[in-house]
Amino acid sequence: MADTLSRERPPVHVETGREVVSFEARTASPIPLDLAFSLRAGEVTALFGASGSGKTTVLRTIAGLWRPAGARVTCDGTTWYDSARRIHLPPHRRRVGLVFQDYALFPHMTALANVMAGLTHLPKAEREARARALLALVGLQGLEQRRPAELSGGQKQRVAVARALARDPAVLLLDEPFSALDRAVRVALYGEIEAIRTRLACPIVLVTHDFEEVARLADRVLVLERGRIIAEGDVGTISARSDIPIIAAAAEAGTVLNATLAEVLHERRLAVLATPVGRLLTSLLDAAPGARLRVRIPSRDVILADRVPEGLSVHNVLHGTVAGIVARPGAVADVAVAVGEALLRAQVTEDAVARLGLAPGRPVVALVKSVAVTVPGA
Amino acid sequence: MDWEAFLLSIELGIATVLCLTPIALWAGRALAYSEFRGKGFVEALIALPLLLPPTVVGFYLLQAFGRHSPLGQAFEALTGHLLAFSFEGLLVASILVNIPFSFQPIQRAFEAIEASVREAGAVSGLSPLQVFLRIELPLAWPGIVTALVLTFAHTLGEFGVVLMVGGSIPGETKTIAIAIYDRVQSFDDRSANIMALTLLSISIAALGITNTLSRRIGRRRG
Repeated sequence: MADTLSRERPPVHVETGREVVSFEARTASPIPLDLAFSLRAGEVTALFGASGSGKTTVLRTIAGLWRPAGARVTCDGTTWYDSARRIHLPPHRRRVGLVFQDYALFPHMTALANVMAGLTHLPKAEREARARALLALVGLQGLEQRRPAELSGGQKQRVAVARALARDPAVLLLDEPFSALDRAVRVALYGEIEAIRTRLACPIVLVTHDFEEVARLADRVLVLERGRIIAEGDVGTISARSDIPIIAAAAEAGTVLNATLAEVLHERRLAVLATPVGRLLTSLLDAAPGARLRVRIPSRDVILADRVPEGLSVHNVLHGTVAGIVARPGAVADVAVAVGEALLRAQVTEDAVARLGLAPGRPVVALVKSVAVTVPGA
Repeated sequence: MDWEAFLLSIELGIATVLCLTPIALWAGRALAYSEFRGKGFVEALIALPLLLPPTVVGFYLLQAFGRHSPLGQAFEALTGHLLAFSFEGLLVASILVNIPFSFQPIQRAFEAIEASVREAGAVSGLSPLQVFLRIELPLAWPGIVTALVLTFAHTLGEFGVVLMVGGSIPGETKTIAIAIYDRVQSFDDRSANIMALTLLSISIAALGITNTLSRRIGRRRG
């Protein structure tokens, strides 16, 4: 399957990091947009924001389903949309894959026919084999003849992903693809998307209001509010931005860091992770040294101290300086601590802030009680 | 049984369906997908023949088809005979009074197709024509058949408008519904009964078909 995918992909897509899509919109109504960004090959960009922030509108504009009064979209040097020059390439002539929030499968067609409908660019004789291969890629072999009404939510989502991939898209757009699924199914599908993402070299855009999805899947985050980008950066940097209400409010707010498995200490039954905040110890996990991992540190599980206490059960003691303090409702405060090249978020009481005399620039010791490690693609 | 009247009714029904369905497909789909000022007014206008007494519709059509109206004069100049009291006049009247029976099921059928499903067609690389043929038509099919069946059955049964516009000219404008009235007037209850039973069974069959089809729409969405 990997062979088929790579064989049919034009060579321009092999390199990653190249700018593929460039987006720019300035319009006041009916939905205000004022933003510009580009999407790079092999990168998952999350558009994160509350409903009404314009994230779905941005996605629909890229797909050609919405035409803002002032906007420009280019892909691989081709102008897809330019309101000033009155250029609008209709959606069926743009190479996009879009997974809709409600999947939008064709209800009268089988799973196989749904995927084949996206393969009109191939000769008729090749379509069925290709559609079967795509369904196998998303783990649906054996269900080719089912209609959408006979599939579970998670299975429908997989068909929608296979159909979106069918067009061999230059950009893959995911519009809140997990929002209608229950948690267990969702977690299984995160892995599925991660696995697909490693095979695809096209940019992927994930629209979501769930920061857990961002933390699991995205490389880069654009935080949207009323059509503007209010923050932009890698997941680690953004997750530390407790000054942005929607980030701070994200359930179980914490710090997300990219990590690699540096070493396994078999005699202590511990693993050592290399992260931007330094080396972290965690319990043994099922990965080989050198594996790319993602680490999430809930801010409630970070304890701040003015010096290193003695006789601790906690493995991870990090030295840093206070970068900022934001008061939260309930007499607590979010403290951002600069450690190494990254920011670590800690949630402490207002009383603790006063007792320790925490203020920007003050050196502190951060004690990390728990480290949640996920293996992307597992 | 007045076979001439029966065949004329069938002919009128088929002609009405053939003329009206393409118009209803275009207009019903347009109404389903677009929002515009005055849409409610247009929809009310479409439903008007359902409420208006057939004699009122017939009266105005007769005025419009007559020798003193521009339409009537144009038709007469073109064909040499009057639009009123002719099969053509009957067909125009039949098309007009069947507008709600044809437009409404088709509009509802297109409305029931989720916008995202149509958009998914476009995003999957299907041209607007392909989206129409491969996605919209198969999904709207039960509604379209319902419109066909209702229009046909209603044409067979239309009485007031036909009597006003067509009179009762055998082989030209005397439909089965008129023939039943004629038979009853001349105390031929047996013939009236046979024809009435025929219309009754056609109507029951039509309702059976439309009910089955509307259930099928529901199941497909489930």
